[in-house]
Amino acid sequence: MKVLERKHSIALRWFHWINFPLLAIMVWSGAMIYWANQVYWIKFSEPVWEKVNLAFRLAEGMAFHFFFMWLFAINGILYVLYTIVSGAWRELLPNRRTFIEAIQVALHDLHLRREPPPQGKFNAAQRLAYTGIIVMGLFSLLTGLAIYKPVQFSWLTWLFGGYPMARFFHFWLTVGYVVFFVVHVGQVIKTGWNNFRAIVIGVEVREVPGE
Amino acid sequence: MSEESNEEQAPSPVNPLVVEPAVEPPVELTVEPTPEELEAACLAAIEANDRHVAADLKRRSRRGFIGAGVAAAIGVGAWEWLRTRPRDADLPWPLRRMLETNESIAMAYFSRSRLSPTFPRSRVDNPPRINGGIGLVPNYDPEHWRLTIEGVDGAPQVLTLDDIRAFPRRSMITELRCIEGWSIITQWSGARLSDVMAKFPPPKLPRYVAIETPGRGYYVGLDIESALHPQTLLAYELNGAPLTWQHGAPLRLAIPVKYGIKNIKRIGTIRYTDVRPADYWAEQGYDWYAGH
Repeated sequence: MKVLERKHSIALRWFHWINFPLLAIMVWSGAMIYWANQVYWIKFSEPVWEKVNLAFRLAEGMAFHFFFMWLFAINGILYVLYTIVSGAWRELLPNRRTFIEAIQVALHDLHLRREPPPQGKFNAAQRLAYTGIIVMGLFSLLTGLAIYKPVQFSWLTWLFGGYPMARFFHFWLTVGYVVFFVVHVGQVIKTGWNNFRAIVIGVEVREVPGE
Repeated sequence: MSEESNEEQAPSPVNPLVVEPAVEPPVELTVEPTPEELEAACLAAIEANDRHVAADLKRRSRRGFIGAGVAAAIGVGAWEWLRTRPRDADLPWPLRRMLETNESIAMAYFSRSRLSPTFPRSRVDNPPRINGGIGLVPNYDPEHWRLTIEGVDGAPQVLTLDDIRAFPRRSMITELRCIEGWSIITQWSGARLSDVMAKFPPPKLPRYVAIETPGRGYYVGLDIESALHPQTLLAYELNGAPLTWQHGAPLRLAIPVKYGIKNIKRIGTIRYTDVRPADYWAEQGYDWYAGH
């Protein structure tokens, strides 16, 4: 027998889908800024930058970055407040069992373990990923502020090991989002339409034993 | 849409997540049914339930995806609107307004008592990176160089390098942060701009200070608070040696509360003004304030 189960609240769905383009714009404008001083492992040649139309757009990149940073930060802060007020944090934060279970999830996904791990709304690996990405977001805001106002917030810049180190962390956090995105989309495709539909309409169909 | 009325029914006590409880079996059982009858009744009930769930899901999906499509279209529309606004100093004007809003916030928070971090001499990058030659000339004549201060009471003041050297000498080892993203640590020596301004004061405190190279090949605007910051120097030495022409000889600005673009080399004119001064890079899409 089929039942419809409530999965994602309307608030959570809006936060998720508003964040997606905002984060994309932050990464895109951040790439325009990075173009001007490519000092980390990830480097592209000038023709590649020109091909993706990110070359010679430092000023524009900064202007977009310093516009959308507010929307990105506000959406993220409201989301965290929402999870606290609604109690949704209980389904999202890792708990005592999470670390053991996360290993089971990984083994199952790699086809090394037959029996599926405990799922709940989010399984252990999802709890770690969805909590981790929020912590990363917080650090992006903090490292961003540390390189945006390194004199007025010099204590913060100092905490991150100085201006070049804060920029280093800010960059690699961004690479982290891109990796997260690829894995996240891969997992969503693998899990299927029923699961994806739930982040749009909120409910999921589930088969339960007939009575 | 006949299912609509069921929508807000109380959730089943068994599973609070379940939206629709199972539909009751549609047959009244008055006599003991045979197992076959019972099974048929159950199957019919399940089928009725599944039809009901499928219809409900279809309705929710249609509503949800149409809503998502509309929201996405609004988002794309807003993005296109933003990108195509008339440009103000080489930026769509909403982006320019936002930079100015950020500037207001930054200026409200700014304090002259917050200093750019200083470093030990061992951290100085030597030789200092050379970057940006706009407004510079390789064969300038130091003997004929003069600094003009405009906006003082009466006629503009004209100073020589010795006049600047007569002010208390200040040295600092600070970080120069280029807007491109790199940074170097340098030792600057020179006179505080605030000391020079105090000796040749404006009639009243201006909102801005404009600084230009001779011939105005390069020019920057500063808000008055940043100009009066104690680490804002009219520098004549870099890393213990007189400035070379590539670094802005004979006198340049060292202003660690700003990005490198504001650290103008080869100063010719300083002007007090209440009119927001033109700024070379701000005209090309960069933030006018560019403050740290």
